Amino acid sequence: MKKETLLQMHYMMLKIRRVEERILEIFAQGKIPGFIHVSIGQEAVPVGVCSALRPDDYLSNTHRGHGQALAKGADLKRFMAEIYGRKDGYCQGKAGSMHIACNDLGVIGSNGVVGGGIPISLGTAFASVYKGNDRVTVCFFGDGATNEGTFHESLNLAALWNLPVVFCCENNGWAEFTPQKVHTKLENLSIRAESYGMPGVTVDGNDVLIVKEEAEKLIARARKGEGPSLLECKTHRWFGHFAGDAQKYRSAQEIEEVKSFDPILKFQKLLLEKKHLNPKDIEETEAKIKSEIDEAVAFAEKSPIPGIEGLLENVYT
Amino acid sequence: MKEVRYIRAITEALNEEMARDESVFVIGEDVAYPGGSFSATRGLLEEFGERRVKDTPISEAAIVGLALGAATQGLRPVVEIMFMDFLTVCMDQIVNQVAKTRYMFGGQYQVPLVIRTPCGGGLNAGPQHSQCLESWFAHVPGLKVVMPATPYDVKGLLKASIRDDNPVLFVENKALYGLKGEIPEEDYLVPIGKADVKKPGKDVTVVATSRMVHQSLEAARTLFEEGIEVEVIDLRTISPLDKETIFQSVEKTSRLVVAHEAVKTFGVGAEIAAMVAEEMIDCLDAPILRVGAPFTPVPFNLERFYLPNAEDVVRAVKKALAY
Ligand SMILES: Cc1ncc(C[n+]2csc(CCOP(=O)(O)OP(=O)(O)O)c2C)c(N)n1
Ligand SMILES: [Mg+2]
Repeated sequence: MKKETLLQMHYMMLKIRRVEERILEIFAQGKIPGFIHVSIGQEAVPVGVCSALRPDDYLSNTHRGHGQALAKGADLKRFMAEIYGRKDGYCQGKAGSMHIACNDLGVIGSNGVVGGGIPISLGTAFASVYKGNDRVTVCFFGDGATNEGTFHESLNLAALWNLPVVFCCENNGWAEFTPQKVHTKLENLSIRAESYGMPGVTVDGNDVLIVKEEAEKLIARARKGEGPSLLECKTHRWFGHFAGDAQKYRSAQEIEEVKSFDPILKFQKLLLEKKHLNPKDIEETEAKIKSEIDEAVAFAEKSPIPGIEGLLENVYT
Repeated sequence: MKEVRYIRAITEALNEEMARDESVFVIGEDVAYPGGSFSATRGLLEEFGERRVKDTPISEAAIVGLALGAATQGLRPVVEIMFMDFLTVCMDQIVNQVAKTRYMFGGQYQVPLVIRTPCGGGLNAGPQHSQCLESWFAHVPGLKVVMPATPYDVKGLLKASIRDDNPVLFVENKALYGLKGEIPEEDYLVPIGKADVKKPGKDVTVVATSRMVHQSLEAARTLFEEGIEVEVIDLRTISPLDKETIFQSVEKTSRLVVAHEAVKTFGVGAEIAAMVAEEMIDCLDAPILRVGAPFTPVPFNLERFYLPNAEDVVRAVKKALAY
């Protein structure tokens, strides 16, 4: 793999981490309205998957979707302005953290309804087939979402119609405050794929290179017209379900332990070993990211708060 | 002009719009090879092929979601949901996804999507195949709700719905599928959001929807023999509501009856009554009266007691006049 690609992936994982840390900080200061769900600890999944996508491919994101949108190329300023609920945000401040969509990037929208985005991803995939192009759709969702009917309806239909979609389950072991063993009898959710007639794979979602490698195969398959697949990436949610969640349902030991699976440290270690990076490079990357975030936050804070003039706009065309 | 049945007027609309616009496709359970559970999509597969006429598994949420995703990419899906009652199993997709996509994402997408579905009793289809649930959807900003009563309107409105860049819930009526009526030979549209005065009159306004338009016209004929001139307005579109046509009529008659087949309680009639009361109470010479079904599920073999009919309209009109 090219060094630039590896460094870009490193940059993006670090960027997602630092952006979300900053969002948590700002949220705690009361400057961001609404709900925030961070994906800290899960960065390898969107970065691994999106590094295998083309810019014109589609991505259906989730409520925990900051990383997914950024990895697909979301502009940090417009992204941050949306989190702040400002006019210059991707959705003019009507979406917020839970509903970001970036039409120009094929990011078709985070969803506040668990499993709600899965059927919609069939539609962009269908549009590719209908129009005779080879744009692939990646549809993200959590482990909890695989218990929704939409998951099952969608996998069945996608397989039946051979749609170019890769279903990507970001399995962080939790659905809100409920651990996986309380919400399903299965250990590997990817085995569900077989019952719909598509391949399913479970990978270490804390290893960005493994995620990328597997995603590349499945995306290439979809692009060639060989149909959908299910990629389960096992990872960990470091923080609470939402910003401000005290996680009383989780042991202090577990909260500490999951940090030992840090996908960023793991990748950095590898890049350092291979001499693609040295500690100074990491510092520089951190500094670059910090200034980008500072700039984006300043942009968002300067962006106007939407006024009443937009209230009735876009209910209809 | 030519005479066609309501169901064939639908088929014609689909045929013409598919021929006119390559981005229109039809999707639903039993719509392709079987030609539709009520035969609305008959012949489309033969004409347009499997790419554009799609049979699906029994997965309403997946069907509507797929249509939404496709609509955001410039396609114009026409979904058939076999019975209106089954909208319940794709409610999230319709209410939280389809209706909100444009607004929630700040206008980044257009959602030109039509969901066709038949409502109504009269076929002894029982409590889970006979409901009129249009008021649920009219309550959701972002959806348009259309409910035609005649072959002419069903064709013109379906064509207009397919050409509309917003999501439209297109509510047909099973009991009307066999109804015959005249339509022009040439291409025509009926605008969404425009009610139609089906019979002018000066004494009482009856605003009716779907099957109750015909019951109200029958009532008007009966009442005419007694010297009472009823104005029958066919709402045609539930949302957006054509206030203007209703207001103009009530200004003239000062008496209003609303008639629909859905249960009377919390229905479209309540909205119209409230709107008229809010904005033109001084015009009224009598309380606004509603004709609707009783507050029960649609009973299988007691439909004759359940379904509102022309006699109910006659009674309401007389009550309004007697006030
Ligand atoms: C239909 C629906 N039910 C419940 C919720 C509340 N809720 C929000 S996120 C969530 C857990 C989702 O778990 P998972 O799919 O594993 O995603 P994760 O939060 O772990 O990323 C729940 C129950 C919801 N938003 N939508
Ligand atoms: Mg989870």
